[in-house]
Amino acid sequence: MADSDVDIEIRVNGAGRRASVPARLTLADFLRERCRLTGTHLGCEHGVCGACTVLLDGQAVRACLVFAVQADGAEVTTIEAIAAPDGGLSPVQAAFREHHGLQCGFCTPGFVITATAFLRDNPDPTDEQIRDALSGNLCRCTGYQGILKAVRAAAGPAPAESASAPANER
Amino acid sequence: MKPSSFTYHAPDSAEEVVSLLADYGEDAKVIAGGQSLVPMLALRLAVFGHLVDVRRVAGLRGAARFNGSVRVGAATTQAAVGNDAEIAAAVPLLARATPLIGHFQIRNRGTIGGSLAHADAAAEYPAVALALDARLETLSPRGARTIPAGEFFTGVWTTALAADELLTGVAFPARRERTGFAIEEFARRRGDFAIAGAAVAVEVDAGQRVRSGGIALFGLGPTPLRAAAAEAAVAGSAVADLAAEEVGDAAMEALESVPSDLHADAGYRKRVGAAMVAAAWRRATQEAING
Repeated sequence: MADSDVDIEIRVNGAGRRASVPARLTLADFLRERCRLTGTHLGCEHGVCGACTVLLDGQAVRACLVFAVQADGAEVTTIEAIAAPDGGLSPVQAAFREHHGLQCGFCTPGFVITATAFLRDNPDPTDEQIRDALSGNLCRCTGYQGILKAVRAAAGPAPAESASAPANER
Repeated sequence: MKPSSFTYHAPDSAEEVVSLLADYGEDAKVIAGGQSLVPMLALRLAVFGHLVDVRRVAGLRGAARFNGSVRVGAATTQAAVGNDAEIAAAVPLLARATPLIGHFQIRNRGTIGGSLAHADAAAEYPAVALALDARLETLSPRGARTIPAGEFFTGVWTTALAADELLTGVAFPARRERTGFAIEEFARRRGDFAIAGAAVAVEVDAGQRVRSGGIALFGLGPTPLRAAAAEAAVAGSAVADLAAEEVGDAAMEALESVPSDLHADAGYRKRVGAAMVAAAWRRATQEAING
């Protein structure tokens, strides 16, 4: 089957990247192999684990479920651009360090991107909303409690009506 | 875990999409958000020589009110459906189903048309389309047509769409007076496909009798299903005379081919299904009576 490469241009962390790629190359592989941005991790490669989460035109998406050709003309932000240019940690990153939101660190880029997008759109979340937002990312080390604490801390205090409510697991 | 090779097409019009589909036949597949298709490609459960992306096609996104219905473009993302004030007001069942789909990162890419065309028997939107008697709008080289939701889901991951036919939009009837809507599902974890679920749309008359009750089931067969016998049984009855649990049991009675797997055998799945119907029935009828 013909698999002629496709010319694309994607703006990655503020810099334009032109490349000629096979259509089947995922955005995650494009970022890792063509852009050498290996902070975007690949766990399951079929949309379950969330380790490869990046911002695509500002929205959190699984980079293993987007082909690079589909992101032609788009803007992508990866974990490498979350810290300040001088290396200072973002509020979410600092909270993950402070509250033991990571152990081995493999899932952490995906969690940080997820939490960053979530808190941007929901600056005053309830604990239940935080749990819902994090449900699409898997971590095999921490037991999640440190991650929940970190995102809670990054968000600031819970809204009064939810602060004492028990976690409502579905 | 890498898809096999394919040729990528991203035409500008729906006409070009269906022309490409006609050229390549079964070797071509439409891709929109890719949240169901790409995993299937990555796992090599599906292999296509050509993917036709609809991302550049105008007119496939957004919701608009037409007479008594709301038309939602097929390539409207689930996130956009969930954020649309018109949909929340006029098609509340669609709005309420949306947060149950996957996770927010999935909903940022996944589309309503993709969910319907993929037609997973345990997915939310196909059941919503069935419960509301939605009408699915398509285009093929033979022209446009409209398919009632009740005729759309024909088998496992199989629909009435021809190989060269593109789903372009879905028209949902707008909410009327004295109607109520609810969707309930049970999944092992947040965002998983439901073990069983139910979507209910009910209309009552001034005397609080059921004028019509649409009960759609998901996760309980090879396709999403209407519980036709249960719907017939409740029609004309006073809501106060109907025990929600009995409606739930009635909805499970005629089911054949209930899936059985590692996580839920058919008997358990039916018990869960009956409970989901009962819960949805209770909420929907309360809303229809109380507004």
